[in-house]
Amino acid sequence: MDSRTNIGRVRGLGSAKHGGEHWLKQRLTAVGNMLLTTWFVLSLFMIPSFEHSALAQWLAQPLVAVPMILMIANIFSHVRLGLQVLIEDYVHDEGLKFAAMTLLSFYVIASAVFGIFVVAKLAFTGALA
Amino acid sequence: MAKNPNRPLSPHLQVYRWSPQMAVSIFHRATGFILATAGMMTLLWWLSAIGGGAESYATFEKYVVSAGADGSGVQIASNWFFRLVALAVTFSFFQHLASGLRHLVLDIGAGYELKTNRTWASVAFVAAFFATAFVALFVASRFIGVL
Repeated sequence: MDSRTNIGRVRGLGSAKHGGEHWLKQRLTAVGNMLLTTWFVLSLFMIPSFEHSALAQWLAQPLVAVPMILMIANIFSHVRLGLQVLIEDYVHDEGLKFAAMTLLSFYVIASAVFGIFVVAKLAFTGALA
Repeated sequence: MAKNPNRPLSPHLQVYRWSPQMAVSIFHRATGFILATAGMMTLLWWLSAIGGGAESYATFEKYVVSAGADGSGVQIASNWFFRLVALAVTFSFFQHLASGLRHLVLDIGAGYELKTNRTWASVAFVAAFFATAFVALFVASRFIGVL
């Protein structure tokens, strides 16, 4: 029990009981995605060669690996928030909703960790032949 | 709380006349879903193929980009499947970007006048269409050798 009054405990939380946290995080990751995917799309246009060795050297550079890792992390946070709303809106059965949310969390965490690992390994160990 | 499945429900999508404002809203969800699944899985495959070495990348290219002259039937079918995926993901990206920008403007409280709202909903579609066409033509001329 905390010592706040009843009204103090619920103020600002609203009917969703999470306050504005989800909404705000969705917007912040959206702005982050705009910057990071703009960088990514422009990079795709400017990559001189799509041969494997050229791509591996490109991805291993710090100034490519770091924004790529940020992009993967940021996109999957945004995916988590966005697909959560889809599940809340369209899956009405409580059991199915719980299962869908669990699957969603597994999907985003596993995918993000996999992607970050792939980029980090290339950046730390250098491009393989 | 027991729910009667036959209870009266409020009218849903099918009874309204479609407007750009409605379409842009549901497209934002649909394109977000496509990007989150097909888009991100293809991106991760591409990245891990680069990280996995030349042989691993050659496999990615055979299935996704071009099977080449000696490609198997499965690989050629897979190429066409991924061309469709690429088109869908490209359109989804620009659609989600344009309508996401629209949402950020709406979030600051602007753009709710009926005409303005309708105009910018249409602009999101038009922008996404032309950006997708540009990328498709660019890729077709540079990588696939069509055009």
